[in-house]
Amino acid sequence: MKFGALLAVVAGGMAVTGCAATAAERNTASASSASTKAAEPAKIAFPSTYRAYPSTPTAVTGVTIYDGEGGRIDNGTVFMSGGKINSVGGPDTAIPADVMILDGSGKYVTPGIIDVHSHLGDYPTPSVSAHSDGNEATSPVTPQVWAEHSVWPQDPGFSRAMANGGITSLQILPGSANLFGGRSATLKNVPARTVQAMKFPGAPYGMKMACGENPKRVYGSRSRLPSTRMGNLALNRQTWIDAQAYRDKLDDAKPPKRDLGKETLVGVLDGEILVHNHCYRADELAQIIDMSKEFGYKVTAFHHAVESYKIADILAEEGICSAIWADWWGFKMEAYDAIPENAALLQQAGACVIIHSDDENQIQRLNQEAAKAQADGRAMGIEISDAEVIKWITYNPAKAMGIEEMTGSLMPGKMADMVLWNGDPLSVYSRPEKVWIDGALMFDSNDPKRRPVSDFELGQPGEGDVK
Amino acid sequence: MNRFTLFLTAAAMTFGGPIAAQTVAITGGKVIVGDGSAPIEGGTVLIRNDRVVAAGSNVTIPADAQRIDATGKWVTPGIFAGFSRVGLVEVGAVRQTNDSNAGDSVFSAALDVQYAINPFASPIAVNRAAGVTRAVVSPSTGSSIFGGYGAVIDLGQDENPITRARAFQFVELGETGHRRAGGSRAAAHIHFRALLNEARTYARNPAAFDSDLLKASDAKALLPVINGQTKLLVHVESANDILKVLELRKDFPALKMVLVGVNEGWRVADHIAASGVPVLASALSDLPYGFEDLAATQSNIGRMKDAGVKVAIGMINDRDAHQLRYSVQYAGNLVALNKVPRATGLTWDEAFAAISSGPAEIMGMGAQLGSLKAGRKADVVIWTGDPLELSTQVEKVMIDGVVQTLSNRQQRLRDRYRNPTPGALPKAYDR
Repeated sequence: MKFGALLAVVAGGMAVTGCAATAAERNTASASSASTKAAEPAKIAFPSTYRAYPSTPTAVTGVTIYDGEGGRIDNGTVFMSGGKINSVGGPDTAIPADVMILDGSGKYVTPGIIDVHSHLGDYPTPSVSAHSDGNEATSPVTPQVWAEHSVWPQDPGFSRAMANGGITSLQILPGSANLFGGRSATLKNVPARTVQAMKFPGAPYGMKMACGENPKRVYGSRSRLPSTRMGNLALNRQTWIDAQAYRDKLDDAKPPKRDLGKETLVGVLDGEILVHNHCYRADELAQIIDMSKEFGYKVTAFHHAVESYKIADILAEEGICSAIWADWWGFKMEAYDAIPENAALLQQAGACVIIHSDDENQIQRLNQEAAKAQADGRAMGIEISDAEVIKWITYNPAKAMGIEEMTGSLMPGKMADMVLWNGDPLSVYSRPEKVWIDGALMFDSNDPKRRPVSDFELGQPGEGDVK
Repeated sequence: MNRFTLFLTAAAMTFGGPIAAQTVAITGGKVIVGDGSAPIEGGTVLIRNDRVVAAGSNVTIPADAQRIDATGKWVTPGIFAGFSRVGLVEVGAVRQTNDSNAGDSVFSAALDVQYAINPFASPIAVNRAAGVTRAVVSPSTGSSIFGGYGAVIDLGQDENPITRARAFQFVELGETGHRRAGGSRAAAHIHFRALLNEARTYARNPAAFDSDLLKASDAKALLPVINGQTKLLVHVESANDILKVLELRKDFPALKMVLVGVNEGWRVADHIAASGVPVLASALSDLPYGFEDLAATQSNIGRMKDAGVKVAIGMINDRDAHQLRYSVQYAGNLVALNKVPRATGLTWDEAFAAISSGPAEIMGMGAQLGSLKAGRKADVVIWTGDPLELSTQVEKVMIDGVVQTLSNRQQRLRDRYRNPTPGALPKAYDR
């Protein structure tokens, strides 16, 4: 196994991922990116060509439902039609006569699982150097790059995430070598020939930032700014100052020449692009918050924030999500104080919790990672309901990605992104049985034909295996 | 160091230690012997000093036994991590605290992890608190295909972690071996054969040994490997590499190999089974991480088991210095496969054995470790419930019959920040 290879542990300096995300609470339903004021911006560059696949009106009955917003219904019914959630309720929920009915007794449904932090596609498997497309590690400030231009749709990891993890939407981030890593790509987890055919329609862009060890190590080792944490902040602030100046000129009679990087930064300043900020240490989280206030933007989520628990009160007050692992620790100095109760302590303080993967393996079991974090909370006396824990991997990541009006919970009118589990999703013994995306059945463990096989795996040993 | 000595003394006083004869009976729990047998409801585990006397439903409890009521709990042997780097690393990316490999050393096979393992490293304490009591600890490779001697250790709080020093030699013969040997599998294999032959030359006349390939220390270290006194753990993943490694035994028939990793083992499971070579396999690998892993599947272990391979779980290169506590989760996932059509998992009993008696037996220490059968070292864990389930917590850990502290710096941080807002004084005063 090559686990953890992506994570910013290696001394080499290039193989650094992990990320930083800060995004404001603003939800822009607009698909267009930043810089609406920019000189001659394309209306929508690289538009989504995703279309929902054909669906059959389907009801699941007698099932335990976690709705993704903290609700639980026992012996419930979910009815999907036209690619949308039609109704969710108890056993008396009305179902039209001619729809497919699945008996869900003993089973569970949740919204499709959402990973706010993935590098599928930009650090795909096989993890050969020719596939290393996650870090534009040639400059610490690269807001001009877009992750979608690195995503390889044939990454076999997408189908594993669906079949084993129930992942229906995910945010692909640039790596964490750079202070400003570039734009994220929010995807529907459907196999496709092009990344455009995976792009989540109407999702706002995110921008990856990173603080701490990675940028200073990567550039410091080349005797470049930044080589210190104070260098990180200096370059960050100067970049924002320059972005503000650019924005100020956009209303001039003769606006400045288009600048891709500045367009992204202005998008953040305008609240249209959500900031996802890779940042581990509590003291640095506080620094980043102050920087965001200095320049008038909002951090949506701190990613890998292993020390969030130390300032859970501040994060609750600021309304910033922590996108975290259940229990990773010790792989580098800034991860030394990680504790498995991080999620529970944040929840107790009223702060927003997201369980993320940053990993092609753990994206296949975010449900289990959430369950472990719940158990570690219980062991210290913090009780968090199962339904609330499911929110950590559904509604909360959807909110941080600005798509919570469309997906992330089983509410009528929302996209029918849903997983039928063969048992309690917070048990180690359960796996997805069926996965629907916009009502289309994209995975069925009972049907080998409903298991996607990427081009890369076609004709290879193990093609179409259960994996 | 005074504080340290004090801590040790206090620990010894508190927990007894094997000085005074002591009999402990853990009663009323659901007892898992760990050898693959079915659970025993309401069983008793009887311990005298550092050994298990008996575990079962009809155990006579001596009158002087100290009793521990485990009603409603599960009682199991401690988790045995089948492959790890625990104790060799404090912080992965902090080079000074990472003793897992020595890429700049002039030595290779002679490197011996017993001098590097730190029983006071925080990963030892963290994983102990999660029920891990023993571990295979391997070096990784630096400048050669050989990494050096590995050890079997306990995760106890005392200063003596070594259960068996020089328990095995470690070698890379897959993609990593290709790289270490100079850029091809052919190079790795000739490297392997040549080094072993040089070691034979050394054995014939150590005083006259003069080799361009091998230092005398390394040659000496390879001798017990050639004659089968020391096991050889071979990291290999692809089906073809597995076959080629098994063929090495034609020229070196005494080698006592254990294959590690083995992501494509299921494709050649009959060959592995016929060879009698056991396997410490990654449990949940299911992606083509490299071209040596194209056929990786979570069903690998189950399929090998069904083919007759002696197989247990080892987590090579999978957070193997810090997260041995994943062992139970991985075993649980193999049980989960039984509900997935066309997948092959393990039964619950087999899965638990794959993280207890299985690794012990593969390391040749099954008569001493890894289960609650009579005579085994008393490594015992009491759990709040099913140890493979995510909601379960560890309540008590014994190693060599000694009750262990479950405290570690993660717990201390947790308690300090239970309420994150500082009180009258800064957090630094909360202890």
